[in-house]
Amino acid sequence: MATMLLKSFRSNLVNFRAYQFGAERCISATASVQAQAKSKKTLAKPGVKNVVLVEGVRTPFLQSGTTYADLMPHDLARAALQGLLHRTGLPKEAVDYIVYGTVIQEVKTSNVAREAALGAGFSDKTPAHTVTMACISSNQAMTTAVGLIAAGQCDAVVAGGVEFMSDVPIRHSRKMRKTMLSLNKAKTLGARLSLLGSIRLAHLSPELPAVAEFSTAETMGHSADRLAAAFGVSRQEQDEFALRSHTLAKKAQDEGLLSDIVGFKVPGKDIVSKDNGIRPSTMEQMAKLKPAFVKPHGTVTAANSSYLTDGASAVLIMSEEKALAMGYKPKAYLRDFVYVSQDPKDQLLLGPTYATPKVLERSGLTLADIDVFEFHEAFAGQILANLKAMESDWFAQNCMGRKAKVGAPPLDKFNMWGGSLSLGHPFAATGCRLVTTVAHRLKKEGGQYGLVAACAAGGQGHAMVIEAYPQ
Amino acid sequence: MAGLRALGVLSRITVRHRYTLFSDSTRRGFSVASSLMARTHVNYEVKGDVAVVRINDPTSKVNTLSVHMQKEMAEVLGEVWSNDAVKSAVLISSKPGCFIAGADINMIQACKSAEEVTYISQEGQKMFEKIEKSPKPIVAAINGSCLGGGLEFAIACQYRVATKSKKTVLGTPEVLLGLLPAAGGTQRLPKMVGLPSAFDMTLTGRNIRADKAKKMGLVHQLVDTLGPGLKGPEERTMEYLEEVAIECARGIVNKKIPLTKEKGMMQKVQDYVMSFPFVRNQIYNTVQKKVMKQTKGLYPAPLNIIDCVKSGVEQGSDAGYLAESQNFGKLAMTTESKALIGLYHGQVACKKNRFGVPEKEVKTLAILGAGLMGAGIAQVTVDKGIHTIMKDTTLEGLNRGHQQVYKGLNDKTKKKSITSFERDTTLSNLTGQLDYSGFQNADMVIEAVFEDIAIKHKVIKEVEAVIPPHCIFASNTSALPIKDIAAASKRPEKVIGMHYFSPVDKMQLLEIITTDKTSKDTTASAVAVGLKQGKIIIVVGDGPGFYTTRCLAPMLAEAVRVLQEGVDPKKLDSLTTGFGFPVGAATLADEVGIDVAAHVAEDLGKAFGPRLGGGNPELLKTMVEKGFKGRKTGKGCYVYQPGLKSKEVNMELNDILESFKLTPNPAVSSDSDVQYRLVSRFVNEAVMCLQEGILANPVEGDIGAVFGLGFPPCLGGPFRFVDTFGADKLVEKMRRFEDVYGNQFTPCPLLLDHAKDPSKKFHK
Repeated sequence: MATMLLKSFRSNLVNFRAYQFGAERCISATASVQAQAKSKKTLAKPGVKNVVLVEGVRTPFLQSGTTYADLMPHDLARAALQGLLHRTGLPKEAVDYIVYGTVIQEVKTSNVAREAALGAGFSDKTPAHTVTMACISSNQAMTTAVGLIAAGQCDAVVAGGVEFMSDVPIRHSRKMRKTMLSLNKAKTLGARLSLLGSIRLAHLSPELPAVAEFSTAETMGHSADRLAAAFGVSRQEQDEFALRSHTLAKKAQDEGLLSDIVGFKVPGKDIVSKDNGIRPSTMEQMAKLKPAFVKPHGTVTAANSSYLTDGASAVLIMSEEKALAMGYKPKAYLRDFVYVSQDPKDQLLLGPTYATPKVLERSGLTLADIDVFEFHEAFAGQILANLKAMESDWFAQNCMGRKAKVGAPPLDKFNMWGGSLSLGHPFAATGCRLVTTVAHRLKKEGGQYGLVAACAAGGQGHAMVIEAYPQ
Repeated sequence: MAGLRALGVLSRITVRHRYTLFSDSTRRGFSVASSLMARTHVNYEVKGDVAVVRINDPTSKVNTLSVHMQKEMAEVLGEVWSNDAVKSAVLISSKPGCFIAGADINMIQACKSAEEVTYISQEGQKMFEKIEKSPKPIVAAINGSCLGGGLEFAIACQYRVATKSKKTVLGTPEVLLGLLPAAGGTQRLPKMVGLPSAFDMTLTGRNIRADKAKKMGLVHQLVDTLGPGLKGPEERTMEYLEEVAIECARGIVNKKIPLTKEKGMMQKVQDYVMSFPFVRNQIYNTVQKKVMKQTKGLYPAPLNIIDCVKSGVEQGSDAGYLAESQNFGKLAMTTESKALIGLYHGQVACKKNRFGVPEKEVKTLAILGAGLMGAGIAQVTVDKGIHTIMKDTTLEGLNRGHQQVYKGLNDKTKKKSITSFERDTTLSNLTGQLDYSGFQNADMVIEAVFEDIAIKHKVIKEVEAVIPPHCIFASNTSALPIKDIAAASKRPEKVIGMHYFSPVDKMQLLEIITTDKTSKDTTASAVAVGLKQGKIIIVVGDGPGFYTTRCLAPMLAEAVRVLQEGVDPKKLDSLTTGFGFPVGAATLADEVGIDVAAHVAEDLGKAFGPRLGGGNPELLKTMVEKGFKGRKTGKGCYVYQPGLKSKEVNMELNDILESFKLTPNPAVSSDSDVQYRLVSRFVNEAVMCLQEGILANPVEGDIGAVFGLGFPPCLGGPFRFVDTFGADKLVEKMRRFEDVYGNQFTPCPLLLDHAKDPSKKFHK
């Protein structure tokens, strides 16, 4: 009985997908054949629940200020959540909990998880909370979900992340805020007038949020440029890597591999179904750009950095039993994960270097065991610096306290469907995209283990090992 | 102890502690030998079409412009200029913390005549002129200190790139040594940064950080410091600097980087205004007046600098360069310059721990008392990575102390020398508390409680009950003998005196007092902590008033007598500042606190008898009774009004003075006599301290007097003063005063020894 249910469910799913992305079915068929050839051990641990990724979706990632410009963050999150519901056919009541990540908070919807869940039609009996950890916020949301399931508190959790850079909270100056708050408390007209009279021109200059470290006041691009210089990463190497990212993303887009995208009907505008920041350029054109942060000799430019992006993503994470019981065919097991942190000044973006060896050790794997790498590309210079750091014994010994280097991932397994540089980087939505992409690539390429790694502001980092679900 | 905020010019000497010093006496011989071999100090490598010239003095931590360095540099540049494959050059140091820290002081000190020094200056001028006119652009790549001759070298180059490192500082500190920038500095700077900034730099000798230097137009481009990559941070930063500098050199050759900067509107206006001789004269006069006001004409260097700049601007560069080299020669022979250079050497010596490395590093320091001193000590400790416990007996006291520490750090934040984040993390090293919890982890306890032997005894007993066996107990007392305090201790070998001066964060001196029971390791540890706190340290023997307070006491006693004789506080101040003291005697008494002065006078009076007396001690007591305790109570010799900078003489003081009035003896009451009465008692007491073994050597005596008490820096300290003024002349004056006032002016035997034999000198 159960199998019958499962089968019908799956065919429904496949149909649904086939309807949207025609090419999907035949690709997955070939992939499953390859996967059988591999016979690596499974990473299941005795006494630990198997947690699976059932489905992952995202809205198209758009450059901020484009089609999404008039929305609000929870609108995007809603779109991702609804897309997830549609694609899985999940009964809303089945969701025990919702966790969402966000970085730049819209003050009206500070718990954006709850607002989006309500708006997306989830049961008002499903609690939701919002987490923040810079660019690894949705990784934090997912691992929170994993934790809830592993602890036996939940069986089905929706995790995700949303970032909306088309509109950010721009505040009045502190002086002005103080005056306005006092105005609220002023009892008499005289008191109010005298407060109003105290407003000077300087009060009116607004405070803009910056992508800068609070602790060092350094913007991230500036830090990335210094990082690239520290590792001797040249401008040309960075431009080449950025070009690679765009080229691969374009190829993946053209081949319909970016199947985690769910279309989004923007009110008053068209249905959006594609990322709009993928723009393969030429080395010559990229070489013309002036450095964006360190002037005049810097190497980080607009073309080799990720750009401000709007977007949201969502994943459905379940215990394996529950997923199977509900008739789902999980995409992947979510296995070991780590968070790391280091010096926010000189090693701000080296999270992947620190996190990778740690998570591999925890899983008992080596770099060679990994079939699919998905690293967050904040800057081409940052990725290349990380690769050089992982390839350096000096760095491993002097900065990480390790005996030897872990080694750098081979590029033919690395971000093969593009990355944040080309697809875009809505800060808190990127983590889910990485995990879903690993699951999809494992299936497509027939690998068994995938590795996600990302850096984040504050000098933090994250890595997770993902295991393909047996076909 | 003393509130010597106005140490002014001299207090900046330390900032530049990398400035030029060869302690290695074998250097000269070595360099002669090496000239036969490959070059040792300057080398170059050709990278494509750019010659990278590297400076590295193998015998020292810093690079200095010595004869040897200049010779090799000339050779290398000659090769660079004659090599057709080379289109441009980069000048860089191989030492990460130092570009060039200045000219070799020893080279100048070794000269016997002004002409010799002038010749050195002219050689330097010639070399830099060649560099300025170099047919191939030379880019100076600066990381670390670029001072004095180093800066003059850099500004002779066509282009300057500097790192944003905190170690990168540019400046012309020659004035602090009583000299002037004599390798074209007084000529090129005005053209480069304009008259006002040039005067500011050359007359204050201040260090300029890289970002400021960029704004001033002193450097063209800044380079970020890097973190660890495939190499250590410093190493990689140097490489990066070199890479950027090479690109710049190529850019200049390819005309992609213009050497003349488009002038801004402000600059154009300023240049226009400056084109009027009337305006320039106005500036010279203003600067001259300011210098005279600050130096009272006691320091010749600043006036000479103004002269040189003026000659260059008004009469052309030939006259300017000539004036520069000749004035330099003259200055090098002045006693002021010799005194200042002596202080510089002394200061370097007092920044070393001659007691070796302590067995246990102090990681947790507890301070008893959160008053001005206690909090001040906390302030200079927390930011050195030492966990600091500040204990007080009342919440109000603790709150005040905590606020003081916060304010100190916050002021640094406002000046942008640290970020608000660094302020907060630093502050997290500070624990404020009312009890002794956590004292079991303390490695050192410094007490700064009230100056009362009974309280000190109570405290030492309480503390010893809770601290671990290795913990050192230090007392911050200004007059109580340490052995008396140690009498209450179970472990006198762990007891030591650490006498800080108020305000602790500004005053550079720390006087460490050892008893005969204090162990060597305890001393080593106290010195290590003091050095970490950035202090210049003298280690003296135990006795009432130790060294500094003991020297100050007779001078203040004499000052009281002078007041009683009808000299008003303003006049007294002008007499003392006229002699070179940065703070007048009356103001000093107010800053120290009249009550403290009275207290010390009484204590020392008991210990030394009438010899240390002078004016009537009752005068001070009466002032204290009336509440005239100095600045802290708003009234002392002067009246202090909050927010008001100028201070008026306390008129109510007149009545008191009237009742204590003495008739002055006209034979010893001329202005000059009054000055020498004050100074001779100070100096005599200092010499006596050396004679009694309180002081280990005259160098520490000079350093203690100048940095702790504001003894005139231009005189170099009491001992150098005796050497230059002549012990015989001083004794003669003292004998004259002795006839009137008795044994208070009796010269001590050691001073008499020196008076008898003119070949005897305190300083070689």
